[in-house]
Amino acid sequence: MIFNKKRLIFDGAMGTELQKLGLAAGELPERWNILYPERIASVHRAYFAAGADVVCTNTFGANSLKYSDGELRDVIEAAVRIARAEADAAGGRYVALDIGPLGKMLAPFGDLDFEDAVAIFAETVRIGAACGVDMIALETFADSYELKAAMLAVKENCDLPVLASCAYDATGHVMTGGDAVSMVALLEGLGADMIGANCGVGPDLILPTAKTLVEYASVPVLIKANAGLPKIVDGKTVFTVTPEEFSKDAKALAELGVSALGGCCGTTPEHIAATLCAVKDVPFTPVQNKNYTLVSSYSHAVRLGDTPKLIGERINPTGKKLLKEALRSRNISYILAQGAEQAEAGAQILDVNVGLPEIDEAAMMKAVVCELQSVLDLPLQIDTSSPEVMEAAARIYNGKPLLNSVTGKRESMEAVFPIAKKYGGVVVGLTLDEDGIPDTVEGRVSIAEKIINTAAAYGIDKKNIIIDPLTLTVATDRESANVTLGAVKAITERLGVSTCLGVSNVSFGLPAREKINSVFFALALNAGLGAAIMNPLSEAMMNSYRSYLALAGLDEACADYIEFANASAPAQTSSPVGELSLSEAIIKGLAAQAAALTKKELGARDSMTIINETLVPALNTVGEGFAEGRVFLPQLLISAEAAKAAFEVIKGSMSTAAVAKKEKIILATVKGDIHDIGKNIVASLLENYNYEVIDLGRDVSPEAVVKAVTDRGVKLVGLSALMTTTVPAMADTVRAVKAAAPDCRVMVGGAVLTQDYADMIGADHYAPDAMEGVRYAEELFGH
Amino acid sequence: MVTVKNYGDVTVTPEEVYRFLGIRDPIAQAELTSEVESAIRELEAAITPRMCYARFPLHSDGDLLDLGFTKVESRDLAKNLRGCSEIILIAATVGLEVDRSIAKYSRLSPSRGLILQAAGAAAVENILDRATEEFIAEGLALRPRFSCGYGDLPLTLQREIFASLDCPRSIGVSLTDSLLMTPTKSVSAIIGIE
Repeated sequence: MIFNKKRLIFDGAMGTELQKLGLAAGELPERWNILYPERIASVHRAYFAAGADVVCTNTFGANSLKYSDGELRDVIEAAVRIARAEADAAGGRYVALDIGPLGKMLAPFGDLDFEDAVAIFAETVRIGAACGVDMIALETFADSYELKAAMLAVKENCDLPVLASCAYDATGHVMTGGDAVSMVALLEGLGADMIGANCGVGPDLILPTAKTLVEYASVPVLIKANAGLPKIVDGKTVFTVTPEEFSKDAKALAELGVSALGGCCGTTPEHIAATLCAVKDVPFTPVQNKNYTLVSSYSHAVRLGDTPKLIGERINPTGKKLLKEALRSRNISYILAQGAEQAEAGAQILDVNVGLPEIDEAAMMKAVVCELQSVLDLPLQIDTSSPEVMEAAARIYNGKPLLNSVTGKRESMEAVFPIAKKYGGVVVGLTLDEDGIPDTVEGRVSIAEKIINTAAAYGIDKKNIIIDPLTLTVATDRESANVTLGAVKAITERLGVSTCLGVSNVSFGLPAREKINSVFFALALNAGLGAAIMNPLSEAMMNSYRSYLALAGLDEACADYIEFANASAPAQTSSPVGELSLSEAIIKGLAAQAAALTKKELGARDSMTIINETLVPALNTVGEGFAEGRVFLPQLLISAEAAKAAFEVIKGSMSTAAVAKKEKIILATVKGDIHDIGKNIVASLLENYNYEVIDLGRDVSPEAVVKAVTDRGVKLVGLSALMTTTVPAMADTVRAVKAAAPDCRVMVGGAVLTQDYADMIGADHYAPDAMEGVRYAEELFGH
Repeated sequence: MVTVKNYGDVTVTPEEVYRFLGIRDPIAQAELTSEVESAIRELEAAITPRMCYARFPLHSDGDLLDLGFTKVESRDLAKNLRGCSEIILIAATVGLEVDRSIAKYSRLSPSRGLILQAAGAAAVENILDRATEEFIAEGLALRPRFSCGYGDLPLTLQREIFASLDCPRSIGVSLTDSLLMTPTKSVSAIIGIE
């Protein structure tokens, strides 16, 4: 490994140099490896002559999306051959296989599947590694998820050192929102040997990002800035930063502790020569390990071990009837709402546990993680007792997760540590082993030590372990809380690792559990607890947390405490509940009032009467207003949300079987189409009319629709498509459904559809707006 | 050469959002004011406005157009560009975070998702308006913007536009196989220079 021994100089721009040699706009540069090998060689030669230690092959866009199999192999082999010859001629220099992003957005926002991305990168890696490169350079990435796919492809297909570099903007973020610390967490977790920033901005604006990378990274940092911004002078593209100016900033970067320097767009061999000259007298210091325990989401990292953190516990079906029902019926929206609510309430990490005996836990865990990570920016804790589920989720997680959990049992450690090593992640270690849970502080510390030492044997640093010394109920053993608190203190101070606890177990079997939980939580914080798995919606628990931070000097000017205390003061209700009827609350779209009124009415009337005689008629009134053009779509939806709030109250008050749902209806946005807001609107209205909506999501294949129709015996399918390009996929789906289930009706809608189109593709009904879908269902099923 | 610009301060007015929602009725507007204003604040927190453009010489032979980066046959675009000898090819986006917000609310509160979607659409238009004003300030006389899918201009031209502006790298916008743009609140257009 050549990294971290001396300061490495990388080459400058390839693309801009090729443009000078005549590469036309839109022409694929990698083809020149075959067409004009001498031109490519001349660029490498010039960089080596300027003093570069490493050049990157001309393979930035060499992937199977752009090249057919045979040509892909040819362009990569030629690229490596050319670079290798120049490296050997220059004597003892290195060749990096350059790999750039694919130019496609990954699902769910784009249409490229994560595993397909891994496979595409893997092909390029395999060909390049077989040609004999010295390292892999992943460069100019703008999306953490795509970079994770590329890292997995590298690690699964070669043993070469790998550097991973992103394009950050002037605010220090990549295009899809990630910051530099989150990238350090993700990439070190996946085993990157060098982490970098390239492209995006010039050398002055890259400085703050470089500083952050150097502060957090335990591996060497590479910086390759652009030569400023391009300008047109006399019809020619020139870059604004001269080699001299560039080298001044390069010197500042070297002094910051940047271990490797090169250039990106617009830099030339002169920039590299000037850089080498400027930094040669700056002493090189090898990078030291940073002792930060980091987990991350697509956007940011959360550090455990400084200020105590809150891990929201509510996405866990244990003892939660509505969540169990949501998991069984795949009601992802309900789960998402649980996540959003906890984030709003102050959770910094979300625990995700979907274990129910009768569901496919791995599939559900993947689905829930995908949904949560695409719209919420909190890091997730993957909470499962099954290593298979943990691995499936760790693989597709967009960031560095918390993995909950491993125990001191040999079998558990053998199953979990390889997952943590491969995918990165901070592992929660429970202090129990083959002999059970020790009832002394020493016993728990010793299991914690065993876990830390065994992890080290797998190459997992102790900064990537946190210990849960286990909370047991104080009802059956009066010493249990003391032992747990003692273990928190001892593990933090003696072993130097952070801790977490599921605090509410302490009150198991006792009345008014929140009262005692909140005090135990405060004591645990005072003992040095790093993170609590708790309910952030509990005011008592938040009271302990906010008060502790203020008292411990961890809340600057008590600002967070003051905000919390003011927000939780009893609010003045602006519109008194008594003056409105439930029907009016729904028509006016007042969700909180609708919920409160429903709660009140449940005492006097039974739930089905409330639904049939109040909720549905109120919705009908709004629906009629919409049909007549008096009520607009946002207002219709606001009323629907108020009705939904009323339904939630009813659902929560009784056994699920008692609220009889009407017929099942499948909704899907067709294959190739990712615009699904219209479909979601129809879903929410149909749910309000108490239909059981099976929402298959977007970009759904005809086969998946047919399977759902036949498996669930569904008699009505709604399909949406937004673009003329996706209407053929809608036609295919209608055809497939009709062939497999001739008595199943299909209604269609979407921006480009018309009655004529709907007739042409054989749909049973055209719904020009959301209410029409409801009207058709009511008519079809005779309600 | 592709020029890239990030605008830090693009926003939208409630009136623009109502226009994209198709709500002209002042009573309905008044009822929705607080919802719309709060959606605009949400948009402002999520938005990362980016724009990229390049200039190309234009040669036309009837409806056959050589746009400098590709050739296309289109009666409607030819009509729009008649008399021009150059074009600006432009693309803009409000960024992926807005898609995340829309996706979140379309699950949690479809009304908010809908309003946010309208606000995002208004914002991307405002980015293009801002860029257009800057071109005009430089002394250019411009034709109205023309996008793929208008009239007979094929959507497939998007592929050439995206390759030419290197949109994934320049502004973080990519095309799906079915030619949809992600992030969804993005626009590409051809503007004739007179």
